[in-house]
This record gives sequence, structure tokens and C-alpha cells, in this order.
Amino acid sequence: MIGQAESEKAERRSNRRFGVVVRQALLVSASALALLPLYAMLTAAFKGQNDYLAHPLSLPLPPSGAAFATAITSGFPRWLVNSVLVAGVSVFATMVFAVLAAYAFSRMPFPGRGVTFTLMISLMVVPPIVMLIPLFELMSDLNLVNTYEGVIVIYAGLMLPFSIYLLTSFFNTIPRELLEAGSIDGAGHLRALVSIVLPLALPALVTLGIVNLLWAWNELLIALVLLQDDSKKTLMVGITIFQSHNNLNVPVTMAGLLIATVPVVSLYLGGQRFFVQGLAAGAVKE
Amino acid sequence: MAAARRPKGTARRIGAWLRPVPYLLPAVAAIAAIFAYPLARLVRESTQQSYGGITTDVGWSNYQFVLTDSDFITAVTHNLLLLICVPVLIVLSIFFAILLHETARGRWLYTTVLFLPYVLAVPVVSVLFNYLLQLNGGVNTVLRAFGLGVLAQDWLGSETWALPSLMGVIVWKELGFGIMLFYARTLSLPNELWEAARVDGAGWWRMHWHITLPQLRNMIEFYAVVESITMLSWVFAYVYVISSGTGGPGTSTLVTELYVYKNAFGYGTNNLNLASAASAVLFIGTVILMFVNFRVRRVELHA
Repeated sequence: MIGQAESEKAERRSNRRFGVVVRQALLVSASALALLPLYAMLTAAFKGQNDYLAHPLSLPLPPSGAAFATAITSGFPRWLVNSVLVAGVSVFATMVFAVLAAYAFSRMPFPGRGVTFTLMISLMVVPPIVMLIPLFELMSDLNLVNTYEGVIVIYAGLMLPFSIYLLTSFFNTIPRELLEAGSIDGAGHLRALVSIVLPLALPALVTLGIVNLLWAWNELLIALVLLQDDSKKTLMVGITIFQSHNNLNVPVTMAGLLIATVPVVSLYLGGQRFFVQGLAAGAVKE
Repeated sequence: MAAARRPKGTARRIGAWLRPVPYLLPAVAAIAAIFAYPLARLVRESTQQSYGGITTDVGWSNYQFVLTDSDFITAVTHNLLLLICVPVLIVLSIFFAILLHETARGRWLYTTVLFLPYVLAVPVVSVLFNYLLQLNGGVNTVLRAFGLGVLAQDWLGSETWALPSLMGVIVWKELGFGIMLFYARTLSLPNELWEAARVDGAGWWRMHWHITLPQLRNMIEFYAVVESITMLSWVFAYVYVISSGTGGPGTSTLVTELYVYKNAFGYGTNNLNLASAASAVLFIGTVILMFVNFRVRRVELHA
């Protein structure tokens, strides 16, 4: 009896060891597949064109900075500044507007609150392409084509529904008693928001900030249509155009891709803890 | 005394109603300008036709043209075909989420790496795969290294393979999001859930089919809806970059968003009214999808 139990346990243990090996092998393969394209980009950016054509996946030995030099002299610094400006300002405005609105939805009863909230968050799924033509016409009427302001307003508007949704559901989790003391009169609301709600909501704010920054940084469609002037292009538009012009010189394009990717990857690695947490929290509530 | 100090009931109530106004106003104004006004203008312009500065009402004829245009039908068909990615994404991401959950060593590194593609910009990913999928690109190099050289080809240059290749790129990029969603959910589940099954010696597949999957149900639904919306109406950047704005080769990667873009801003064919009608059709499609989603959920609540 005891012997049988022992051998069963041993069998289970060896099964488990086998399982561990299989799992590690699968995860390593998946990770390799996830990294391979990035490896190709990284190595190609430090190669010469002939080297790349001969061995697209080899290590760049010796590494060459020529591709970077070409990329840097062909508009990338300007586009990088534009992207930082457009993404930074639009995300900041979105956060301020969303915090105020989410506070009202979460803490102030008013008639039609439920309907307004549902309407607002259902806009999350409307694809930007639907509004593209009228927005382009609106911006031409207002002389805002080829200006940062036009794109910033559009980005803020597009980011607001999701931002309000996420912050409202987070604000709803803050216990009422914490706020009761401060929220007796109108002036108290703003104080309660700034001194009680915002500090508690810091992780949610960081998460939302990162999600929005990634979205605005990576957006192509709106920027493509509204920022056609070369000096106003964002990185994403720049890359798209640049690729078709430098189609033949792959390393130069890869260097450009690398320039556009380093900021988002750093942001991701730096804020990863918040990011995964917030993503999980937001989705679990859904 | 007390009555004199307090404002009257209605005045108080109006005061309370007005209090949220300054909080809501900036957001509501921005949303009205970016969503409400454009949608209204879109609907109006989709029933008009402008030519040489003169605008006339043409009723449904733009819609008639769009709905019978073979390019539009091709584009919609491609969007529907892209939906094949959704079950693929769901199965793969649940599988890897479970593997992550059951792995101790290197877990942090794996999560970081597997999520990485999702962080990259779609235009960056698309340019990258444009090169990787060329005849002498990285993908074929890897295939040849594994002795699968017969499979090597110009993936994006072939009418047959362009759309499936595009699907591959989309799955590569979107998978991390699903893995992370499901992985985060398994982390929030208590270990005892699987304990009993393990003691009973239930097999791996059986255990996860009967215990893990039911726990992930809401999340699967959420992910399915998000990804379906992506496939139907958020793939512009992929297609635009991968096909250099053409939807080619031929019309093999044409999707509805690109149809709208080409008609509105493409070279030589600027017809904003026609493109507006196509946009409106896309919008109606989104609304229907949303409505179905809400209904499914409501039915579930009642059940």
C-alpha cells in the first residue's frame, strides 16, 4: 500500500518535472518569437545596407553608426519633438478634463447622470475613421489644418471617453466616509478632489497616463490627414513617409524605427508595475 | 431660525444640479466637438453631393453606390475575414496565460517580453514586418535555416498570402494584451480552486477546461468584443503602412477604413460625400455590434 502511494507520488513528481520543462520550452519559444522582429530591427539599424542584404539576421559586426547619422539628418529630430509636444499636451489636457468629469460622475448626483455616463462611455468603441472627414472639414473651417492645436484637441476628445470611464470606476472604489468631511459645500468638492481623491488615485492616474501616452504617440490616421506639412509631422507619419522614400536603404529606416521605439519601450519598462496592475484592474471591473 | 438660514427647497436643488456643471463642462464640450458635431455633419453630408462648389441633396444615392461598389464589398469581406484572428488570439493568449501562471522561474521576464509587442506602435510594427516578410527578409531566412525553404516567398507581395500575412502580423502584435488580461485574472483566483483537481489526479486539459475556463468567462467576452472591434474598424495603420496606402497587391488587403481614406484623401478620387456615406455605414455597423454586445450581457444578467 505504502509502496504504491510512494511510487504514485514519485510518478507525479516526475510528471511535474516533465511539465516544467515543457512549459519553459514553450515560453522560451514564444518569447523568442516576440523578440525576433525587435532583434532584427536592432541589429539592422547598426549595419550597412550590403551587410543587411547579405545577412538580414546576423549580428552587426563591427557596428556602424552610418544609418543613424542619415536618419538623424533627415527629419527625425523634428518629428520626435512634434510627437512629444502633441502627445504630451493632449494627454495632460485629457487627464485634467477626465479627472474633473469623473469626479462629478462619481460623487455628485445630478439628473440624467446615468444616461450621460452610458452615452459617453459607449463612444469608446466609435472608430476615429468615422469622424475623420467631418473633423478634417471642421479643422479646415477653423484654419487648424497643419497646426498642433487641431490634432491636440482631436486626440483629447478621442481619449476622454475611456479616461472618464476608467477614473470614474476607480473613484467609485474610494470609501464615502473619507470624503464626507470635506464635501458639505461646493467649495469643499474641489478641495476634496485635490487633497483626498487625487493622492488615493495616483496609481490609476499613472496607469491612465501611460495608456494614453502610448495611444497618442502611436496614432497614425488623424496625424496623417491633419499634419501634412513636413515640419509638423509626428514620428508615426514621418516613419510611414520615410519608409516609402528610403525603401531601398533598410538600415536607415530601421534606425528611424529604433528612434521612435526607444521612448515607448522605456516608458513601458519604467511604468510596467502600474501598467499591468491598472490594465488588470480596469478589465476586471468590466 | 433654521428655515431662514437655509435656502428654499427648489433653490437648493437647482444649486445642487448646477454644481457638477464646471466639472463636466470641459469634457462634455470636447466630446461634443470631436464626436457629436462630426457625427451629425457626417450624416448630413452623406446624403449630399458637391461638385464645383455647388452642393445638392441626393438622398440615398451615395449609400446605393457604396453598398453596390465591388471595392467596398471586398473591403468589408476582408474585415470579416480578419475576425478569424479573434478565436486564434483567444486560444493562444489563454494557453500562454495558464503557462505563465504555472511557471515560477523566469515568470517576470516572460511577462515583460510577451507583452512588449503590444507596446510598440502599429506603424513601427508594420514597417518592420514589411522588411521581415520580403523574399530575402528575416522570416524567410529563419524558414530556410530550419530547412523549410520551400515555404519561403514574398509574403506581402502575393495576392494569396498578403491577407493571411497581415493576420499573422496583427496576431503577433495583439497577443500580448490578451495574455496579460488572462494572466492577471488567474492571479486573482485562489489556489485552492485547482488544488482538489490536482489531488484527484485530473489531467491538465480537463482541469483547465472545467475549472480555469469558466473563471475566465467574463474576460474572454471582454477580450472578444475588444478584438472584434479592432478587426472591423481599427486596422487602418497596419494596412496603410503594409500596402503603402493601396490596399494591394490588387485589392487583396483593402479594408473599409482604407476605402474611406482613399475615397476622401486618395490621389485623384476625392469624393468626400461618398466617403462620408461609407463612414456612416461603418458607424452603423459599430452601433449594431455594440447593441448586440449589450443585449448579450443583459440576457446573461437575467439568466
